[in-house]
Amino acid sequence: MSTPAKGGSMRTPLARVRNLGAAHSGTSDFWRQRVSAVAMILLLIPAIVIIMIMLGRNQAGAAQILGSPLIAIIVLLFIVASVWHMKIGMQVVIEDYVHGEKLKLAAIMANNFFCASVALASIYAILKLSSGV
Amino acid sequence: MNYELRKPGIGIERPLSPHLQTYRWTLTMAMSIFHRATGVALYFGTLLMVWWLIAVASEPANYATLQAFLGTWFGKLVVFGYTWALMHHLMSGIRHLVWDLGYGFGPKEREWLTAAALIGGIVATLLLWAVAYAAGGGR
Repeated sequence: MSTPAKGGSMRTPLARVRNLGAAHSGTSDFWRQRVSAVAMILLLIPAIVIIMIMLGRNQAGAAQILGSPLIAIIVLLFIVASVWHMKIGMQVVIEDYVHGEKLKLAAIMANNFFCASVALASIYAILKLSSGV
Repeated sequence: MNYELRKPGIGIERPLSPHLQTYRWTLTMAMSIFHRATGVALYFGTLLMVWWLIAVASEPANYATLQAFLGTWFGKLVVFGYTWALMHHLMSGIRHLVWDLGYGFGPKEREWLTAAALIGGIVATLLLWAVAYAAGGGR
């Protein structure tokens, strides 16, 4: 197509697309952000109902509700969708505002650690309640 | 090759696009940054969700501590703010999905859609809290 920019590579646009661009993952984050968003919209009504029936109960009552299979699965789905969504979202924010290369990498790593911790702590709690230990 | 090391705006001779400050604020602009701000708030707000789930999975005393915190005016303010951030981000996000599908880009449509998302988020928040109090959970 156009002549390569000064200092640019000789690769054709098609070859560049096959390598999925600078991020090497193409538009997969864009797509997953939409998938997780739609998932949360679908889970919204069940999630609201669960929170409403949890209100005002003591620990024993709350544990019984969260430990029941259907509710546990809905909460697990919501946790996975929301953590996935927020991991991608925060990475976009970091990439937009953090310009120093090292600080940016550190921030993206911290984002991954935070999201993994939130997900696993929440999933651990649900599984513990479901198995009744 | 060395463009990665270059600081933004340094060593660039090209004219830069006008800075954000020179634009008159519009509703769509404000809602764009609100979407991001509520997203960031919800990100850190998940710590509240983790606290809640861990508290349920641990001893009754820990859950009582959480409930005591949520019962204070500050705790209620945090949860109310969290509810609004979630509802706002939801409505604003649905607006983005509509745009992703290629609809609602007209001058009138986009303003209408944006206003609807803003009002919808507030109405949904108030509605949820009204239902919560009616259900007797508000304490």
